[in-house]
Amino acid sequence: MNEMSPAGYTTADGREIGGVVMEMRNITLRFGGVVAIKDISFDIREGEIRAIIGPNGAGKSSMLNVISGFYNPQEGEVWYRGKRRPAMRPYQVARQGIARTFQNIALFDGMSVLDNIMTGRLNHMTSSFLDQTLWWGKAQREEVENREKAEEVIDFLEIQNIRKTPVGRLPYGLKKRVELARALVAEPSILLLDEPMAGMNVEEKEDMSRFILDVNDEFGTTIALIEHDMGVVMDLSDRVVVMDYGKKIGDGTPDEVRNNPDVIDAYLGVSHD
Amino acid sequence: MPEQLIFAMEVTLNGLMTGVMYALVALGFVLIFKASGIFNYAQGVMALFAAMTLVGIQDGRVPFGHLINEILGTDIHYFGWEVPALIAILLTVGVMILFALFVQKVIFKHLVGQEPIILFMATIGLAYFLEGVSDLMWGSEIRNLDVGLPQGINDAIDQATFNIFGYGFFIDNLDIWAAVIAAVLVAGLIAYSQYTKNGRAMRAVADDHQAALSVGISLNYVWILVWSLAGIVALVAGIMWGSKSGVQFSLSLIALKALPVLMLGGFTSIPGAIVGGLIIGVGEALFEFAIGPMIGGATENWFAYVLALVFLVFRPQGLFGEKIIERV
Repeated sequence: MNEMSPAGYTTADGREIGGVVMEMRNITLRFGGVVAIKDISFDIREGEIRAIIGPNGAGKSSMLNVISGFYNPQEGEVWYRGKRRPAMRPYQVARQGIARTFQNIALFDGMSVLDNIMTGRLNHMTSSFLDQTLWWGKAQREEVENREKAEEVIDFLEIQNIRKTPVGRLPYGLKKRVELARALVAEPSILLLDEPMAGMNVEEKEDMSRFILDVNDEFGTTIALIEHDMGVVMDLSDRVVVMDYGKKIGDGTPDEVRNNPDVIDAYLGVSHD
Repeated sequence: MPEQLIFAMEVTLNGLMTGVMYALVALGFVLIFKASGIFNYAQGVMALFAAMTLVGIQDGRVPFGHLINEILGTDIHYFGWEVPALIAILLTVGVMILFALFVQKVIFKHLVGQEPIILFMATIGLAYFLEGVSDLMWGSEIRNLDVGLPQGINDAIDQATFNIFGYGFFIDNLDIWAAVIAAVLVAGLIAYSQYTKNGRAMRAVADDHQAALSVGISLNYVWILVWSLAGIVALVAGIMWGSKSGVQFSLSLIALKALPVLMLGGFTSIPGAIVGGLIIGVGEALFEFAIGPMIGGATENWFAYVLALVFLVFRPQGLFGEKIIERV
């Protein structure tokens, strides 16, 4: 496993990666008697694209749900920005600046694309209850500011033409993009993507890969993603955690991981005893 | 113009006014159902409780007076002051918000993720509990509610219609006020849910809980907000019905009239509640006027339900409800 200085490292394509933003320490997650995650540790650094991969049922999604607070692990610690994070509810985690998407898309189907994206700005609105009710002063100003930010993200992800469309009517690939927009508009310090390419055709996958790289590049957003499709991940990410049967079997740059015999076994399906 | 037609017009107008009242009650149901999937059986009792509280505060009645006197052996019933209507209304709004907090923290917080039928049963329990609390706090006598809304025949309409048709329509001022207030309330609620942070959070929670959590919305907070709004709507309905026919137990039964309105308008649509209320109001008034005398009258008691049943057959999601599509 590669050793790194606490200050960060430089990627193969010359980007500077900063210090640790989030660290998982010896996380174990159980559902009744089933162990979904077993004693896993890894970190996520400022500005990098970090992937978690593994075959079906490896515990990737569970891991993402631990990071985003949907599950609280029975053992282990989550460290965020140098502090140990207590057990939290998902909305509290979101308010700390961790935005996410879902594997099976969780959008507000009845609302327009723009409204969906505006919900991503809720944490940036601080006007009081009274201000909002009477719709004056700060509430009005905020609405305008947030609207501008939303339009910026809409332009960036090239979805201007569907701004007013109810999300329920959109095709799958576009829904995924709207979901990315909603997470992105929150200006998160970590962006979690749960299988962003799942169910997409080749063209849509290429689009999505480009957007992920652009987001990281333009906004410097730290991204942690889960993916099933190994090929896509290797091209995108700076560092990769490989999980299998709830355990970590590899961690490092795509090249290191690719040559790791355990990883090769897991993907080629060598029997487990 | 034939006399019958003129009468029918008057009946229609009065039906519209009653319809607005039905719509007000239905609105309270829709708010809670949309955001939490709870069919709140207690909505009618909430209207009763709100109206009782309002009258109690206005009269300066001591809450839990009987209980206190029983325990301490005293004989105090009034504080000896009278509270102006506007301040009493604001205080009652405060009480309804406290009630919303109580409902969420003590009951529904612990029932998250339960079957709808269990949530429904909980609201039935809540209804009887609240009825008891209302009795204990303010007594069970019939009270007159007067917040200064004008009552009695509207002379302008009476005059105008007399000049046109040679017959003056009887439209109650109170009904006109109720219609105006309901319209303002609905417009306000729609604007609130469309353009404010909390409104957007409400719509988000109504749509998808998981997604709402992921953008940092606290479900608890939104549910308290929604119950508070439903409490305020209940107060408005309580004021209107209470001014009309006194604050008494039967006020809580208007909730049952909201059921057919909801079947017509759809459980999830605010405009639906309004249109549904109007259709029921006009429908039952006209039916009673035209057919009632032939079959012995009192058709208002059942007409709304029959209309709703007929509707259920052809449009189970209601006029404006979200279409139920099951993808296989």
